[in-house]
Amino acid sequence: MAQTTAVKKAWKTLIWLAVIFAVLIGTIAGGVLWSTATWTPKLALDLEGGTQIILTPKLESGQDVSQEQLDQAVSIIRQRVDASGVSEAEVTTQGAKNVVVSIPGAPDDATLNRIESSAKLDFRAVLLADVASTATTSTPGATPDPSLSTTPTAVPTNGSDLAWVTPALQSEFDNFDCASTDADDAGQAPADQPLVTCDANGIKYLLGPVEIEGADIADASAGMATTQQGASTGQWVVDISFNDAGTQKFADVTTRLFGLTGVQNQFAIVLDGKVITAPTTGGSFTDGRAQISGSFTQDSAQTLADQLKFGALPIGFTTQSSEKISATLGSTQLMSGLIAGAIGLILVIIYSLIQYRLLGAVTIASLVIAAAMTYLLVTLMSWRIDFRLSLAGVAGLIVAIGITADSFIVYFERIRDELREGKALTSSVQSGWKRAIRTITASDAVNFLAAAVLYVLAVGNVRGFAFTLGLTTIVDILVVILFTHPLMTLLAELPFFRDGHKLSGLDPRALGAVYRGRAQFRAPSASVSAAKKGSSSREAAKRQTIAERKAAELAGTTSGSKAVGSASSSTRTDEGKNS
Amino acid sequence: MASFSQFGNDLYSGKRSIDIIGRRRIWYTISAVLVLIALIGPWLRGGYEFGIEFRGGSEFTVSQVATLDQNLASDTVDQAAPGSNPRVSTLGTDSVRVQTDELDQATSTTVQESLAKAYGVPADDVTVSFIGATWGADITTQAIRGLVIFLVLVAIFMAIYFRTWKMAAAALVALLHDLVITAGVYGLTGLEITPAAVIGFLTILGYSLYDTVVVFDKIRENTAHLSDKGTQTFAETVNLAVNQTLVRSINTSVVAALPVASILIIGSFVLGASTLRDISLALLIGIIVGTYSTIFVAAPLYVQFRHGEDKIRKQDARVEADRQRAVKDSVSA
Repeated sequence: MAQTTAVKKAWKTLIWLAVIFAVLIGTIAGGVLWSTATWTPKLALDLEGGTQIILTPKLESGQDVSQEQLDQAVSIIRQRVDASGVSEAEVTTQGAKNVVVSIPGAPDDATLNRIESSAKLDFRAVLLADVASTATTSTPGATPDPSLSTTPTAVPTNGSDLAWVTPALQSEFDNFDCASTDADDAGQAPADQPLVTCDANGIKYLLGPVEIEGADIADASAGMATTQQGASTGQWVVDISFNDAGTQKFADVTTRLFGLTGVQNQFAIVLDGKVITAPTTGGSFTDGRAQISGSFTQDSAQTLADQLKFGALPIGFTTQSSEKISATLGSTQLMSGLIAGAIGLILVIIYSLIQYRLLGAVTIASLVIAAAMTYLLVTLMSWRIDFRLSLAGVAGLIVAIGITADSFIVYFERIRDELREGKALTSSVQSGWKRAIRTITASDAVNFLAAAVLYVLAVGNVRGFAFTLGLTTIVDILVVILFTHPLMTLLAELPFFRDGHKLSGLDPRALGAVYRGRAQFRAPSASVSAAKKGSSSREAAKRQTIAERKAAELAGTTSGSKAVGSASSSTRTDEGKNS
Repeated sequence: MASFSQFGNDLYSGKRSIDIIGRRRIWYTISAVLVLIALIGPWLRGGYEFGIEFRGGSEFTVSQVATLDQNLASDTVDQAAPGSNPRVSTLGTDSVRVQTDELDQATSTTVQESLAKAYGVPADDVTVSFIGATWGADITTQAIRGLVIFLVLVAIFMAIYFRTWKMAAAALVALLHDLVITAGVYGLTGLEITPAAVIGFLTILGYSLYDTVVVFDKIRENTAHLSDKGTQTFAETVNLAVNQTLVRSINTSVVAALPVASILIIGSFVLGASTLRDISLALLIGIIVGTYSTIFVAAPLYVQFRHGEDKIRKQDARVEADRQRAVKDSVSA
């Protein structure tokens, strides 16, 4: 009865495998029909080429960019590019001031914006706000009268103090036109000075000095806003959490603003000099969490969250040139890699057939299933998270053949071990599986751990590697559980395998099950008497005589390594008794 | 191949036993020599050679070209500045970009002029600039931080799974051994260290640990029941476990090495110097060394780490005593 349960379970498992394949193929097919998916994986920069974007810093005259700033910019840009997927972009510096970003494929405006915008985030208290977006005086854009005082009449006590508003500032605010091109360059005020700027809806603001900086943000993520009942409002927001210093500052500011009325109760969140949102303060927030709402889409919320998480660029950049770039390695390398992989696979097939006879066919079938699943997953991930195969990735997949095949080898060897102990095939398959799966899970867990840690922490090529490793590890464990084991369970029922045909690879006679029992070592007294009965003379000659062994053991007590050496020869002796 | 399966049977039953644990001094010596060569060799040769991705280099952009022939550029640069490892790609529809190792002012001018001549453009149309490393210090720092955290986590994982930190320690020593030797191959042969090579290196890290866990799991199984009735010393039990998994180790390493070896051969003979060759060489050496170190370094080290434990010492002493008695009994019988 146990077998029939096992067989039923095996069929059920195989159906699950078919379901997984159907879902994978269905998803990709859907993606191809209705979205941008393709039936082949996308290739990385080294194999396919892409776009080379040269970014040049926005510098005011006389301003210079230091190597340190450039390196910092490269690091931040790299993280931003990586955050959108695993496309393995190349980011570097060129000359003394440019940053070169090479990304596979052709970038759209959103990608460019994600890369080049500085993303400097400031929190400032609102001093004045005006819905009238145009200048209130008759001469829009006129330079403020230089005679107006620029020094406050009283020293401002905090960021909300209206003493910040000097006559000069008031005039600048009045004359400010959100629609003018000048407004695009606004938002450059020093952090400790007030700022005149606008938001996307054309409301202009006079803001106090910076209260909290983007650097005080510990983490940021995009999500849906929820009502107090927990229901989603369908509006995209960016949730941020502050570090300790930021939490303290945020609590201080919100407490202060909560006590004020009018526009002074508002708190402006300024990104690259533009107000994204200026919410009213409904209480003092001491938990260090804040939410930025605005007119976000899912993409723009995600972009902002990524930008905030990795920090602001020390300088803003503009695109100097964006050109198509060809592959550095070219198609011959990929072709040779694939041909080499195919030859390697054929060698693996031949070796498996020699080693495991027809059981080798199970290895081959499992490898084919694993290859198909890997291909589908890579294709799917190419579409979903822009995963791209580089030459190193292809090599990684080829090495994965070894690790995947190892799971089958471990399993087969366990089944053989059970057969050697004299069990029937059907029960050997089940008990061998129980031991094998433990080993397979433990060793795959190590690989998966490596993949997960490196994926989360590393950037660039290392991240791409981690992704490939994680993917193949998951495929390995899925295939061995969902395919190899059920297949073995079913095959074990076939007379060809059950009766241990010579070519089945599971012939108990070839495995010595009949001649020798389990690898059990009886008590030495029994073993010696058994040994005395003598087996073949050749065997006996190879072994030490009892007297010799005794002498060796006595001598061995003085030296550890020697004792081990002689002990293993006694193992041989112990075993001899069974033949 | 009947002989090979017979070999497997014999190893399993213990009829044939390769004394791996007992001869550990030999293996330690071999490993120590290899590690020394791997450490000192590259130093004598003049250190590791890092590729342009790590050190930055010179970039030449030839614009307004009539032909986008990439070979023309690499041949020209190879002649003007031998050994500068040019990487050529085309930019847009009428430019060719060549990146090389960093060149001095004079060589750089020579390359600029030769490129202009080769493509038939005025020298002004060939711009020269210095490019920074694409594999910057930030990638290295993050990768190393990731690795250290991974190693700590994997050590904790192994210590919990195997219920002894000594297995974790032995596995990590073997891992270090593999990495040093694989890295040494690069230093000794003067192969350029490229990002692809580093990826190959990381793959080996995964493979080496994986292989050790598989064999250690068998050791764990065999040594789990060290009891009063056992007739084997601890070292013998471990030795038997290693022998029992020897067929697996051989089969797995052959299966893993076959595709890599075919990449290496095709990469070297068909393509000449290539990224494929660079990765596969590291991988092949790593697979061989990784399999070797599990059997000949990790397992003996584990025995040695536990040798001093009271429980193990008592068990071993009792087994030895039993054997002495058995010998006496049989002599008197």
